[in-house]
Amino acid sequence: VRRITPAGLVRAGVFLVALVVFPFVFGEHWVLNMLIFTLMYAGLATAWNIIGGYTGYISLGNAAFFGIGAYALAIVFTHTGVGSGYRPFYLLPLLAVGVAIASVPIAWVALRTRAATFAIVTITLLFVVQQLAFNLRGLTGGSQGLTLPIPPFPVAHYERPFYYAMLAALCLSLLVSWYVRGSRLGLHLFAIRDDEDRSRGVGVPVTSAKVLAFSASAGLTAMIGGVWAYYISFVYPQFAVDPLVTIGMVLMVYLGGKGTLWGPVIGAFVLVPAQQYLAYRIGASEYYLVGYAAVFLGIMLVLPRGILPTLADRWRAAQNRPSGPSWRTRKAEAL
Amino acid sequence: MHVLLQACILGLLTGAVYALMASGLTIAFGVMRVINVAQGALIILGAYLSYELFVRLQIDPFVSILVLTPLTFMLGVGLQLVFIRPLRSDEREELSLLVTWAIALGIEGVLSVLFSTTYRSTNTSYADNSWVVGGYHLSEVRVFAFALSLGLLGLLFVLLGFTRLGRAIRATVQNPTSARLLGVNGDVVSAIGFGLSVATATAAGAVYGIIFPFNPGSHYDLISRVLSIIVLGGLGSLGGAVVAALFMGVLEAVFAVEISPEWSSFVFFIVLIGMLVVRPQGLFGSTVRGSL
Repeated sequence: VRRITPAGLVRAGVFLVALVVFPFVFGEHWVLNMLIFTLMYAGLATAWNIIGGYTGYISLGNAAFFGIGAYALAIVFTHTGVGSGYRPFYLLPLLAVGVAIASVPIAWVALRTRAATFAIVTITLLFVVQQLAFNLRGLTGGSQGLTLPIPPFPVAHYERPFYYAMLAALCLSLLVSWYVRGSRLGLHLFAIRDDEDRSRGVGVPVTSAKVLAFSASAGLTAMIGGVWAYYISFVYPQFAVDPLVTIGMVLMVYLGGKGTLWGPVIGAFVLVPAQQYLAYRIGASEYYLVGYAAVFLGIMLVLPRGILPTLADRWRAAQNRPSGPSWRTRKAEAL
Repeated sequence: MHVLLQACILGLLTGAVYALMASGLTIAFGVMRVINVAQGALIILGAYLSYELFVRLQIDPFVSILVLTPLTFMLGVGLQLVFIRPLRSDEREELSLLVTWAIALGIEGVLSVLFSTTYRSTNTSYADNSWVVGGYHLSEVRVFAFALSLGLLGLLFVLLGFTRLGRAIRATVQNPTSARLLGVNGDVVSAIGFGLSVATATAAGAVYGIIFPFNPGSHYDLISRVLSIIVLGGLGSLGGAVVAALFMGVLEAVFAVEISPEWSSFVFFIVLIGMLVVRPQGLFGSTVRGSL
């Protein structure tokens, strides 16, 4: 069921054009800095949505692949003469493919479990990668981390290359996400989400579909991690493999609407600026954590279905009111 | 050989504390299908509470458990009522992971505000004492911790196995619908189950604070270990959790002595991966909804 609708094209076109033009209109460093993180989380959330939203497997270890991508880029920098400037950006697609392939065995082991057990296994994956970053000192620099050279971009437009790299990564994630939705793979994933045993029974290649979704998600996440590392220009174990990054992308998907195409992007565009504002106003990281937890709990308890599905329901209810049963009677029936 | 045996003893003593931590997690999962990611943070909270009681009022941590567990039992019931109960039952398993993670962040944040992030340790007068039995050193604190953990686990087994409440809890674990049909109030059982789980976390935390230094961020390290343990034992199996905890305690200590202390926490993950490849449901786990 691939569909290229005019409305969809317009949505994508407006989104892309607005973001491409944006740096030429608002060039302030802090605005672009915030937007780079917004794009980053939009990409991460979109990538997470492929395994978490479409397939229904709550992976809490995606930040592990973010860290792997960040470290991979930093290690290539320090151990080979890849050169500064724009050259590292060309490595990113290679990085995505490499990590996606490398994640296949991990996916195979982790996906032998389901539901809560899968979530636990992916949480431990997060700590495995963090521990590796600490302990493999020869490669990762241990707790000192790795520093990347500052690229020679003009100071006035320093953020621009990173901005467009993030935008490109987001667009690629959205393209993959959109393609998967309409493809045979997407149908398999939705079937698995609804009832895995029955899907297996009717001949859905359950394992390969799940592994493919997991690896695609991992590869995209790693690529975004690579851009992040180059932009930040240093990687530490605690920053690169951060539980808050995992929980951030998951939260944005839930806020925007799990399993929808644009939901994760909307979630990121609402939450990241709010997050940055919170950090700016509150400052001290301890209070920040408390505020973050409060926002998090509020979203989970008030809007667990997300913005887009809730809006869609409202809209459908408004459409149906004259003829079909109203929302109230439907609720009464359900009770 | 001497070193190896010494490590085994140490591991067994620590393993019992892990078992206490894991038992609470298992009960919460059994009763409500809730993975409580905040268990690690609640353990650290218990460590801080008993630390404060010790520093300010000179109450021994082992005594303060008597005061703290009823209090945190109420805290657990409160958390369950406010945060877990509103979740719809068909998505509870999935959403509870995120909600309890948020609770963990909240607790970590509050603890960092109150106590800063410097490492603390409850230094009792007997913290460094040890008995020597047949050439082996038995740290007093660890022996007390071992005894306490086994005692509390024993109490838990008696509570679950031989009381009316225990029967109601086990019935809810096995089949919530039938249990309700037979007059078990599922909401009350869930609240009590969660309260029990939080109370065991506090008790374990009070002990943890004497054995290991801790700060508000320590809960990540703890929860990753305890979660590996309950997956290893089989989600929802209390006996499995205890066996896995003791086994991992010993293995970790032996690995630390024989190979490298730096990589010792890796043992958890290596064993976990091995188990998933061979037997994804864990040691004593069942593929259908089981019993405690």
